Amino acid sequence: MNLLVLSWSYIKTKPLNTLLNILLLSMGIAIITVLLLLSRQMEESLTRNSKGIDLVVGAKGSPLQIILSSVFHIDYPTGNISLQEARSLSRNRLVRNTIPMALGDSYQATRIVGTNYDYLQLYKAEVAKGERWDAVMEVTAGAQAARNLNLRVGDSFSSSHGLVDDGINVHDEKQFTVVGILAPTQSVIDNLLLTSVESVWEVHASHSEEADSLSQAEHQHEEDGTHTHDHAPTAYVYDSISTQGLPRSEADTDELTSLIVQYRSPMAAVQLPRFVNERSNMQAASPPFETARLFSLVGVGIDLLQGFAYVIILIAALSIFIALYNALKERQYDLAIMRSLGASKSKLFLHVILEGLIITLLGSLLGLLLGHLVTAVLGETFGRTDQVGISPYRVLPEELIVLGASLVVGMIAAIIPAINAYRTDISGVLSRG
Amino acid sequence: MIHLAQLTFRYTPASDTLRFPDWEVAQGEHALILGASGSGKTTLLHLLAGLLKPESGSLQVGRQDLARIEGSALDKYRGQNIGLVFQKPHLINALSLKQNLLLAQYMAGLPQDKKSIGEVIGSLDLSHREDALVHTLSQGEAQRASIARAILNKPLVILADEPTSSLDDQNCERVLGMLQQQANRHQATLVIATHDQRVKDKIDKQYVMP
Repeated sequence: MNLLVLSWSYIKTKPLNTLLNILLLSMGIAIITVLLLLSRQMEESLTRNSKGIDLVVGAKGSPLQIILSSVFHIDYPTGNISLQEARSLSRNRLVRNTIPMALGDSYQATRIVGTNYDYLQLYKAEVAKGERWDAVMEVTAGAQAARNLNLRVGDSFSSSHGLVDDGINVHDEKQFTVVGILAPTQSVIDNLLLTSVESVWEVHASHSEEADSLSQAEHQHEEDGTHTHDHAPTAYVYDSISTQGLPRSEADTDELTSLIVQYRSPMAAVQLPRFVNERSNMQAASPPFETARLFSLVGVGIDLLQGFAYVIILIAALSIFIALYNALKERQYDLAIMRSLGASKSKLFLHVILEGLIITLLGSLLGLLLGHLVTAVLGETFGRTDQVGISPYRVLPEELIVLGASLVVGMIAAIIPAINAYRTDISGVLSRG
Repeated sequence: MIHLAQLTFRYTPASDTLRFPDWEVAQGEHALILGASGSGKTTLLHLLAGLLKPESGSLQVGRQDLARIEGSALDKYRGQNIGLVFQKPHLINALSLKQNLLLAQYMAGLPQDKKSIGEVIGSLDLSHREDALVHTLSQGEAQRASIARAILNKPLVILADEPTSSLDDQNCERVLGMLQQQANRHQATLVIATHDQRVKDKIDKQYVMP
């Protein structure tokens, strides 16, 4: 026998009441846990994925959309920028380096990114198997992408136009060949298929040329817009690729989706975005600024949900207080008997506090478990959480703070009943019986 | 042993002072506190148990003057040296019979000894109900369990407050017999506060409340 057994024995005598209190508390804790897991891991993921990127330049439109599409690969690009304008910007004295991005194609909903080796450098990506792409239509797969798509070195596949796997708009005429698989980096690159900008152009160039050469009668697009071509592959339009800097093409029509910019000096942060926005047809987007803006937008919802969770926890604390207060009124005789058996006042105080703590501990642990479970379910429901770096299996240090705080709440809820137990008038109570 | 000398008590500073005549009960002796309802029997019993603090005088119970100790020292002394029996059993319903007895050892700060629990409940014919939740005990079993709890820690003094008042003649006889038997077994001083006339003739040493 000890205080823990004693307190637990009393808790067991009111199973429904206890269950209600535990469920109420666990709901509040679960909401806070989900918000913590989502916001903290998203924040970390956003920071990790935008590290080393000073500015992203894309087509005129929403800067946030440019960041989401070109850095985090979770939105559609705003459009294309001309290679000439991109090249002009890359020569600016404020720019140390630029990394081209050609987006818009995918394979089974996994994005294909046309870029150069600097992009690998940005995320410190190493090749685990095979090698980096070194020729037109060669692809190096991110670790997670290779796993998800079951791709191995030597495999070939046809890309689809667009970023969703709708089974239509397939570029069958030119096949990509997997030449390497990257080691995991815990960044967005893990979920991408990387190739040269020229490969992305190649897919579309062949498509355009054939479209030009075929008469309307020979090449009847179906009414639903299907662009599938089943004829034999043609020779490559682009015979070499650029692994550093921007592609060498001088064609007026060649375009990029965006340009990742690294500054030469901090001064560039002040001058370059304004220069791009005012003196070009392009739009500059700063990752730190846009992610902060994204969080301030999402933050309203997070704050609201957090407030809701605190209200639930407050109600749970009140419910625990009322339950303990009423229970102790019924148990006055028990408390007096315990004192007559030699229990000190502080022992009874501790006994009641312990009862409150056991209920809050159970509610909190259940809440934390539910929080992780809900995060996992959300991940399953809304697609790949690994794409934005959210794992339901990760335990954050803040969860221990939540646990500690809820135990404090439980202690506060139990403190008045515990003081009443401490002050029990043994003689008065026993005389009444 | 019990020794009262010039003992006075007041519930509140505004209330009348209760004065108790000097009294002595030897170790192992049995005694009654008699008096009408409201005469202060229970008050005296609670003073003897250290549940109330005397205003003045000395109050020797066992080896200790209870007027001289307080707080957790008094609680511990009570738990280890004074056994209390009430009119109703007042067992802890959330616990089994054995747990109630373990609780008595735990609250008194004594080692939890299942062997002595087995002996005590065996002597009171409760062995077969050891693991039963106390609300499932019959009235007689519950009364015996409350006596078991009072004697478990081998107290120097057993104090019983109206232990027979609500019992029929047969059970009155039985409970009184058990209390005396168990007190004798442990060489404990037994003091019973009662207005039950059936008990009056059973114990010679009596303290009649003024």
